[in-house]
Amino acid sequence: MTAQDVLDLSAAQTARTIADRGASAADVVTASLARVAANAALNAFVTVASEADVRVAADVAPQGILHGVPVAVKDNIATTTLSTSCGSRILAGWVSPYEATAVSKLRAAGAVIIGKTNMDEFAMGSSTENSAFGPTRNPLDHSRVPGGSSGGSAAAVASGACRIAYGSETGGSVRQPAAFCGIVGVKPTYGRVSRFGLVAFASSLDHIGVFGRSVDDAAVGLQVIAGHDPQDATAVDVPVGDYRAAAGRPLTGLVVGVPTEYYPASLDAKIRAKCDRAIDVLRQLGAEIRTVSLPHTDLAIPVYYILAPAEASSNLARFDGVRYGPRAAADDLSDMYERTRSEGFGPEVTRRIILGTYVLSQGHYDAYYLKAMLVRERITQDFANVFASGVHVLFTPTTPSPAFTFGARSDPLDMYLSDIFTATANLAGVPAMSQPIGLVDGMPVGGQLLAAHFREADMFCAAYALEHALGPEALA
Amino acid sequence: MSTAMETDVTAGFEMVVGLEVHVQLKTQTKAFCGCSTNFGAPPNQNTCPVCLALPGALPVLNARAVELALRVALGFGFTVNARSIFARKNYFYPDLPKGYQISQHDTPIAEHGRLDIGLLINGEPRVIGITRAHMEEDAGKSIHDRYESATAVDLNRSGVPLVEIVSEPEMRSPEEAGAYLRTLKQILLYLDISDCNMEEGSLRVDANVSARPFGQVRLGTKCEVKNMNSFSGVERALAAEFRRQCGVLVAGGSVQQQTLLWDGAKGEIRPARSKEGSSDYRYFPEPDLPPLLISDAELARVRETLPELPAARRARYAAMKLSEYDVQELTADPATGPFFEAVLALHADAKSVANWVNGEVRAVVNERDTAWDAMSLEPARLAALIDLVRDGVVSSSAAKKIFAQLLVSTDTPRAIAERDGLVQVRDDNALAGWVDEVLAEHPVEAARYAAGEKKLVGLLVGLVMKKSQGRADPKLVNQLLSSRATG
Amino acid sequence: MAVSDADVLHVAALARLAMPADRVPALVRELNGILDHMAVLETVDVTSVGDDARTAMPRRDDIVGSVPLARPLAQFAPSPRDGFLLVPRLSTHSQLGATEGDE
Repeated sequence: MTAQDVLDLSAAQTARTIADRGASAADVVTASLARVAANAALNAFVTVASEADVRVAADVAPQGILHGVPVAVKDNIATTTLSTSCGSRILAGWVSPYEATAVSKLRAAGAVIIGKTNMDEFAMGSSTENSAFGPTRNPLDHSRVPGGSSGGSAAAVASGACRIAYGSETGGSVRQPAAFCGIVGVKPTYGRVSRFGLVAFASSLDHIGVFGRSVDDAAVGLQVIAGHDPQDATAVDVPVGDYRAAAGRPLTGLVVGVPTEYYPASLDAKIRAKCDRAIDVLRQLGAEIRTVSLPHTDLAIPVYYILAPAEASSNLARFDGVRYGPRAAADDLSDMYERTRSEGFGPEVTRRIILGTYVLSQGHYDAYYLKAMLVRERITQDFANVFASGVHVLFTPTTPSPAFTFGARSDPLDMYLSDIFTATANLAGVPAMSQPIGLVDGMPVGGQLLAAHFREADMFCAAYALEHALGPEALA
Repeated sequence: MSTAMETDVTAGFEMVVGLEVHVQLKTQTKAFCGCSTNFGAPPNQNTCPVCLALPGALPVLNARAVELALRVALGFGFTVNARSIFARKNYFYPDLPKGYQISQHDTPIAEHGRLDIGLLINGEPRVIGITRAHMEEDAGKSIHDRYESATAVDLNRSGVPLVEIVSEPEMRSPEEAGAYLRTLKQILLYLDISDCNMEEGSLRVDANVSARPFGQVRLGTKCEVKNMNSFSGVERALAAEFRRQCGVLVAGGSVQQQTLLWDGAKGEIRPARSKEGSSDYRYFPEPDLPPLLISDAELARVRETLPELPAARRARYAAMKLSEYDVQELTADPATGPFFEAVLALHADAKSVANWVNGEVRAVVNERDTAWDAMSLEPARLAALIDLVRDGVVSSSAAKKIFAQLLVSTDTPRAIAERDGLVQVRDDNALAGWVDEVLAEHPVEAARYAAGEKKLVGLLVGLVMKKSQGRADPKLVNQLLSSRATG
Repeated sequence: MAVSDADVLHVAALARLAMPADRVPALVRELNGILDHMAVLETVDVTSVGDDARTAMPRRDDIVGSVPLARPLAQFAPSPRDGFLLVPRLSTHSQLGATEGDE
């Protein structure tokens, strides 16, 4: 079997093949770099590791469950070997002097990082159009966006460069690009994966997430980075389940909730049809389908676009030219701050900092920030109520539309509304994932599964079964 | 008009003072990272991804800082909030790496404390309300005078844990403010939570001052005064700022709310340099830190470790029939008491032990600028020395010579006394011989004394002491001379 | 509660962002559009919403030991000197001396 062939095996099979000396890890990661190069037009990567470096890394990689498996990492997750620029001029070329916990875990599992993937600047966007390093293209249609903000990671997996890639989510930035690119994207429970080393956008909503070519790739990818971390006070010390154990398990007894609010009258009929079919499949597999309600769903976007910019305005204050990053020339401190930040941040980041600063400022805090915090609790409670009623997982569309073309969402609010089905899970902190459920007009459509806090295994159980039952048809 | 200008502008006005005291907690590491808090390291040496605010770094709270904050809470009788919240205080400054300070805002760890400041007003003890005590992190240091047109930033202090203790605006004079601060510091030192060193910045005081006509209920506009580096500096700054405000009011003007700096060298108040745009801190709950929960069990555990506080110790010593002066001196700092009691355990007379501790021993401590327990004087040896005086083995003056030797020698007090010939001579024959000699050498005084002029006894005892080179027991000499007068 | 030009300029100053006059009108328009969408929150009843108590704060032992830097500060800081980080002096800092950064 050639190294190129090995790349098309699942991540777990790749590691096993290397362990059994069916292929050398160094050759596999080299083959991966060749695919990155062949797909350079996608602009999926901000930085690609050198062949020499990945071969050395592959040679010394520990024999863990990702032994020799090439993975891509979003450009906002700190690595000491490659730059971490967050798609921004203000961090262009920044090589972190410390590493994210998730990256350390990846390395310990034997994975080899092939590069840092493109993203909307500081993860602010839903199309990867807002990168200082140019947009990323959708591998399935170069005239369309790959989704965002983790568009580079999604494109890396969808183009076959690697089976697993890591991204981050604040309002759907893994699930939405997974849906747009026809792959699997998982956002775990808030606190399941350490955020230490993930450059903060909105701390209470930020998660590290994982892309997989298949459900199993995503399960393995999550398995290795999940767990408690004393460096993150919001990481929760709950035992990590075996996500792959759910593979092949029958769905008898599983209760799947279908929340009416995620199927509005305005939903694209073709997307609705794909969802209906997936729900039918789940029913045929033995799951009980129950119609449920999450009444505060339509408040998610207003709440999200108050809280996320507010936290961002504070999180991005550290980019001030004092300790690291580029500094604009100025004789006065105030000028230095303003020039460094204005030259460093792009228009969407500037817009959100202004919005976030406004909602926190004197006289507006109670009406916006405080109110949004309280409504967030309502949204969280909606999920708690549904899961307490005996529902194990929820099934919804991931996005209201398939991948759109470049420039199609030029109005910020239009862009924000594309997070409508995904932002709720970030607000409530519940795990959620997207997987392909079919094509609409030649572009993939994602179905979303959500579960109760720390019940990722329930979600994977349904996802494995659905993937198996839909077969290659999901992409046909 | 000119005479009116020269009269005291403060006449008719009441001073209203509230104090904010920042106390650096005595921890090994910073509030939110494992960097050392040691003072005087080379610039930026005690820094890491967290306190440098590198992209992606996250804070994790120091358990010891919480424990020390709880001690403060219990020491001043605060109500502890079972659930307190850290917030971000957002402003830009080069020594504030994250662009926000983590501090407690709406829900501090402790509220509603009170402090008896040891003054009586109309016979009533003066008790000042303390609004709150909250946990926060320190900023770094900006040095403006080291380099041409540049400010140098040192982040070693960035992230060091602080407790800020905020009083109610209940003080009415510089003296009350001074008493509040001294009492507060004394308790903080007893609680062993901070070095409370104003020069090193481990205790910092900001004062809010306003003036109002006596009888007016509404508070006047307050100004904040910073940059005082001693308690007396605080008192002087308050007086100066009060005078300034009264001057403004007398002239018919109104006080503008502002921040002022005290220049201790010049004894002047001047406006602070403005921090542009810093007036709106946009506080919001710190999303990187979940709520801080304090259980009753934890509070009980901390309460058990709480040391005796000054008021309790003063009461205990007063019950030993010690003078007010002795009690104050023995309890002024936390370390004197344990030394005093260690000696007292071996020598029961509290008064003489107090005399020694407040006299000779304290002089040495002050002179050497040393800690009581670091001094090479074991309580047992001091007790033995006091025993020698009580038993008449050595005189008080000889005891002082022996005391000096105790600090440089490992011999027992008795061995030193014997070695240096300081044991009092109590042998009747020897004493009688000296008395005889003195009387023989001073026949006139001897005759007058024999004739009943008893006041000469002092002179004669002195002469005998001199002749004995200080070794004679003056009490016995006295008795001997008395018997001669009547005999 | 419409956002005005003055609001945008004030907020930009707080956030230390230069705000050229020609960018203000567009930002005002966008912000008002976004905030209009937020207005729906005003109608939500939140009277019975309690505090979020998902997790309690973990605490770290007070033992020296921090995440090490793979490269020293002086190698990545824009203007290191003698161990310090230099920044341009604030122009209103006419007088010299050390200040306490703590507010």
